[in-house]
Amino acid sequence: MSEETTGADAAAAELRRRAQELLAAHPPLETDQLDFLKARFDAGLAWVHYPEGLGGLGAPRALQAVVDAELEAAGAPDNDPRRIGIGLGMAAPTVLRFGTEEQKSRFLRPLWVGEEVWCQLFSEPGAGSDLAALGTRAVREGDDWVVNGQKVWTSSAHLARWAILIARTDPDVPKHAGITYFICDMTDPGVEVRPLRQITGEAEFNEVFLTNVRIPDAHRLGEVGDGWRVAQTTLMNERVSIGGMRIPREGGMIGPISRTWRERPELRTHDLHQRLLKLWVEAEVARLSGERLRQQLVAGQPGHEGSGMKLSFARLNQEISGLEVELRGEEGLLYDDWTMRRPELVDFTGRDAGYRYLRSKGNSIEGGTSEVLLNIVAERVLGLPAEPRTDKNVAWKDLAR
Amino acid sequence: MTDLLYSEEEEALRAAVRDLLTDHCDAASVIARTESDAPHDLSLWKSLADGMGLAGLLVPEERGGQGATHREVAVVLEELGRAVAPVPYLTSAVVATEALLASDAEDLLAELASGRKIGALAVSLSVAPGGAYKAVRHESGSLHGELTGIADAAAADVLLVPGEDGGLYAVDAGAVTVVPQVSLDLTRPLARVVFDGAAGRRIGDAGPAVRRALRAGAGLLASEQLGLADWTLTETVRYLKERKQFNRPVGGFQALKHRLAQLWLEVVSLRAAARNAADALATGEDTDVAVAVAQAYAAAVAVHAAEEAVQLHGGIGMTWEHPAHLYLKRAKADSIAYGTAGAHREALAGLVDLQAP
Repeated sequence: MSEETTGADAAAAELRRRAQELLAAHPPLETDQLDFLKARFDAGLAWVHYPEGLGGLGAPRALQAVVDAELEAAGAPDNDPRRIGIGLGMAAPTVLRFGTEEQKSRFLRPLWVGEEVWCQLFSEPGAGSDLAALGTRAVREGDDWVVNGQKVWTSSAHLARWAILIARTDPDVPKHAGITYFICDMTDPGVEVRPLRQITGEAEFNEVFLTNVRIPDAHRLGEVGDGWRVAQTTLMNERVSIGGMRIPREGGMIGPISRTWRERPELRTHDLHQRLLKLWVEAEVARLSGERLRQQLVAGQPGHEGSGMKLSFARLNQEISGLEVELRGEEGLLYDDWTMRRPELVDFTGRDAGYRYLRSKGNSIEGGTSEVLLNIVAERVLGLPAEPRTDKNVAWKDLAR
Repeated sequence: MTDLLYSEEEEALRAAVRDLLTDHCDAASVIARTESDAPHDLSLWKSLADGMGLAGLLVPEERGGQGATHREVAVVLEELGRAVAPVPYLTSAVVATEALLASDAEDLLAELASGRKIGALAVSLSVAPGGAYKAVRHESGSLHGELTGIADAAAADVLLVPGEDGGLYAVDAGAVTVVPQVSLDLTRPLARVVFDGAAGRRIGDAGPAVRRALRAGAGLLASEQLGLADWTLTETVRYLKERKQFNRPVGGFQALKHRLAQLWLEVVSLRAAARNAADALATGEDTDVAVAVAQAYAAAVAVHAAEEAVQLHGGIGMTWEHPAHLYLKRAKADSIAYGTAGAHREALAGLVDLQAP
């Protein structure tokens, strides 16, 4: 153990030294935020587990925390993971794993520093949970692919410079086999983004219409027809990034309702007290499960808990915000603002309970519905038999829809 | 930061305990034993306590124990829960031992740690840490009165008895009358203990010793509940992969898959809560909250898992010959042991400043 500890300590010390070197060369107070982030990327301190030259140093993932702490202590500016979450959590790991060298060096730096926002063009009106049923077509024309179709539930599409996109390139084979994965330029004239007003009154999501969008073959990720496998990497990383964050006690939605309870004794009833305590316990247990998952990842023993965490957080967010609307009594009958807006970020804790209640209804739908996740747990974790499938070995074009 | 994982040593300990239980604690003999005059498996106890030295995990080496921590004890309890093993481990090696660690009786502590003697704290199994408990009258060196709901008293050699004068007394089991009560949990039976002038040795103050003992009992019970829930889930999944109805394995029906996946989620969540409580007991940091959270969460999961096992096994789940009922009875009894979930939530309200109206 002592040898390993020494090795890890030495690696951490080296990263601290590099962080100090970066800070010395680019004093945070005198350096433009974007310039600092670029310098940080070039120093390999953006995501230390990425390869050298691509923002990392090939170091253990756990050591990122060492770098983050060192830079934070010096008051260095950071990127905004909430604004570029899809790029960080979904696009980057997929580009890293399946991209060509040109693609990696073109896309990862502007993605990480936040110059280029990414969105994800997966879901379609006819293909949500059954994602592989998608019908957006990409047809090869010389060095380009010509794409036609419609996508939906696309957050950040109105801000995004690039999108990860899956499209059907072969309708004559079963649905999982005929899909190819692309990087789509959102400034292409064939891309039309329309706001999709939601239950909350605002349009955080969009519909995206693709009409003769030309994507150069150089922007294909992975092999033709291998898009489903590439997309699995994206989706797996999405679920990990949802579950793997470290949060303090009362760090989630249980925080606001607990503060309301403490500050507003006139709202308290015995029934609400029982329900609040039960949810407080469940939120704390979910937090501990997330922390356990994080510790497993750091120790290099990833568990299956990721899918589970998303299920827990979806249910808890809904129940806790629902209880808070009720706790507020007459105030719970009001809503902060129904104005149609197109926000840059989803703000879960700054908005009032009514907004959180309505928005959290999406938590059990986005990123895989709770029902689909339960199937995934049942089949992949518990090894229970799959549902009988009627779409296996049937060409996509012959499927009922 | 709390360490929520298992160390390699802990996994090795688990494997050793599981091997022993596989060989010496099969369900059929546990069921048979519940109908005999000797509900406790004392030869299994001897192997665990004497053979493997597990009774003394919480006792420092210089006081006759193994000098391990609550983390290792938690792993042992997970395995004992998986087997609903009829041994007084939680009651003697954890609860009575913790009471002795807070008292002044080095001889008894060493005897319990070695497994040569079995101890039982004479406080009803239903009492939560910090809860009110009954005491007996102390009169010129001897004890008078009656206590009920004492878990594993029938197997105990020595009872640790709270007196009305605030003292904690060690009483030889031979000096009292132990009357078995018909218990819901057949594998951790309760007894009524009658003190009719039994001689007691004062070993310290009851208050702090009982509180400490019940807190450790409650916190580590979560690991037993975890083991129990884990076994029932694993066994139910195994059965539903084999059992066919309507020309398909029953486990292929989505309605049942979702229930099992939900249960899996509860079990992995309980694992985090139970590990957190064990680690907090070992380090002494944030212990009261960690124990209350674990106990407020664990009971519902263990009961749910056992109830699902009975239901999803169908008719066989209702029979005496199938062990599912042992798990249901243990889970339901555990939901009261060392305080109900509601009692622990109430404690939590004070601890985390979420006051009642």
